[in-house]
Amino acid sequence: METAAPISAVEAKVPLSPWQLFWQRLKRRKIAMTGGVILIFLYTVSIFAGFIAPYRYDQINNNSFFHPPIWPSLQGFHLVVPRYEQGASVFDYREVPNDTKPLHFFVHTDKYKLFGFIPASIHFFGAGDDNYPVYLFGADQFGRDVFSRLLYGSQISLSIGIIGISISFALGMIIGGISGYFSGLTDTLIMRLCELVMSIPALYLIISLRNTFPPGMSSAQVYAMIIIILSFIGWASMARVIRGMTLSIREQQFVLAARALGQSHLKIIVRHILPNTLSYVIVAATLSVPYYILGEVVLSFLGVGIQEPSASWGNMLTAAQNTEYLKNYPWLLAPGAAIFVTVLAFNFLGDGLRDAADTKSL
Amino acid sequence: MLQFIFKRLLHMIPLLLGVSLLTFLLMAMSPGNYFTALQQNPQISPDTIARLKAQFHLDRPWYVQYVFWLKNVLSGNFGYSMAYKISATSLIMARLWNTFLLSFSALIIAWGIAIPLGIWAAVKKDSWVDHACSFVAFVGLSVPDVLLSLLALWFAAATGLFPVGGAESPLYDFMPSAQQFWDHAHHLILPAIVLAASDLAGIMRQMRSNLLDTLRAEYVTAARARGLGEGRVVWKHALRNAINPLLTIFGYSLAALLSGAFIVENIMAWPGLGRLTMEAFFAKDSYLVVDCVVMATALLVIGNFIADILLAWNDPRIRLK
Repeated sequence: METAAPISAVEAKVPLSPWQLFWQRLKRRKIAMTGGVILIFLYTVSIFAGFIAPYRYDQINNNSFFHPPIWPSLQGFHLVVPRYEQGASVFDYREVPNDTKPLHFFVHTDKYKLFGFIPASIHFFGAGDDNYPVYLFGADQFGRDVFSRLLYGSQISLSIGIIGISISFALGMIIGGISGYFSGLTDTLIMRLCELVMSIPALYLIISLRNTFPPGMSSAQVYAMIIIILSFIGWASMARVIRGMTLSIREQQFVLAARALGQSHLKIIVRHILPNTLSYVIVAATLSVPYYILGEVVLSFLGVGIQEPSASWGNMLTAAQNTEYLKNYPWLLAPGAAIFVTVLAFNFLGDGLRDAADTKSL
Repeated sequence: MLQFIFKRLLHMIPLLLGVSLLTFLLMAMSPGNYFTALQQNPQISPDTIARLKAQFHLDRPWYVQYVFWLKNVLSGNFGYSMAYKISATSLIMARLWNTFLLSFSALIIAWGIAIPLGIWAAVKKDSWVDHACSFVAFVGLSVPDVLLSLLALWFAAATGLFPVGGAESPLYDFMPSAQQFWDHAHHLILPAIVLAASDLAGIMRQMRSNLLDTLRAEYVTAARARGLGEGRVVWKHALRNAINPLLTIFGYSLAALLSGAFIVENIMAWPGLGRLTMEAFFAKDSYLVVDCVVMATALLVIGNFIADILLAWNDPRIRLK
């Protein structure tokens, strides 16, 4: 039987795995792919924030409070930045005609730590002269570069979404799996607890949880605290859905087979039942990341999250709450635009993932 | 039906008790309270603080405090706000009313716009109306409440058409009652629109997909085959069934609305429960924080209760379960 007749090309075609089919369906959805590309771009920029940002997030310039955005212009074949000088009134800046300096790429200026531990001083762009600042998105009320702060802030705001969702969904899956698998009293207790957590309006619960942490924590502690708070709230809705799915999956033959082979309950839940819920979990996670990002934004915005001088998209927006600032210096809303683009991209991708995971939509 | 209502009412009691116990426990775990700040003040003697603490039962373990608190709340007494120096009951009731007013107006605006738009988009599927609606819905779902509130503030400040934050003008107390009403409404419009906008997109999308689903059903084809006009088919046959699942999301939308109201209130200075919660939080008036959380939950639970009754009234199968 080893020397079988050569099989035709049609027969030799290996059937695609479910994940390959999923990817094929996803690839066809332009909007979802656009969302994915935007997210990859945002996260890459966020990882290299120190390199791309021309300034440090806490670098204060006393001569440029509320400086309007400065954009490089093309002069011949060189990008140049103009020089600004103080006008007659406060926070009034005028461009000095015919006084420009070429913009350089890969300039050595301020020191920073790439990825948080590699010391470096090379920056993507800059004029290399403090008299010719480059504020792509203007400067804030302390003369700090909004663009640089936006990039440093994205490290906090974007990562909280991913880490928060990973923790709370992992918790939700395991708790939901246990609840559905064992049923009985365990199930009732867990589900009542879910109901309890879900029946408190999210932001009220966030604030009462925030109340249990002492004031005056370091940036890293606050960061961990926000993740803990958001995870504490997020697991409940996930656990409920996973419980429902587990209830039907545990009746299937392969669970019975695993049991007959003498596998432990925990192993059956983690290895055999939960993987079957994965396609739902991935879609739900993508669509839920925005809520975690917004959770951080709201906490920091209200002044109980990330504290100055650390930058996060939420605490940057706090300045925009002052209507005088907002009216005269609209570039303070830049973090709002960044949040909008991120949330939109997650919604695009999540919507496409949902359609691609739905096999009926072929 | 009465039995169903009664059963659902009974279900609410353990839930509210659980929520109050949970928030109380969280409060007991929190470091420091209003008296920690007072103790720093050299003008207040330790005796006074001890006396005040005993008066508010703060020297007892948290579960004893909880029992005292619960007893008072059940008799309609929310105690005394240490930070505001007035009765917490009147404070909370005024703020609760404001939050209710804001959420209710937003609810009416959101549903009033979303349902007709959703129907329109479904009936004219794949037309420019449909595409425009789904585009607006996508954008609407992605604009965070924080940004929208800030933009609304900017709009109010730039155009002067609306007051910038607050719930009433400085001269409110001197106005005749008719003018007071208009002044209040004028302050309410912008926050309500902002709050509604965040809710609108989801409802519209839901309405559209529900109606599209029912339009594909066989009884709709049957109605068309009988020669009924398209308008009659949509309004008389499809719509009534398409509205049904929307009553279910009414409950969810309420939860989102209350959280959204929290943000809008804090940014646009609307004196509701959310704003009071933050103020109490910063003043370390922990009892008031607990009261606010419990009241907000009660609002949500009652809203869900109403949604359940509407659903049961619309669909007899639920009543019998």
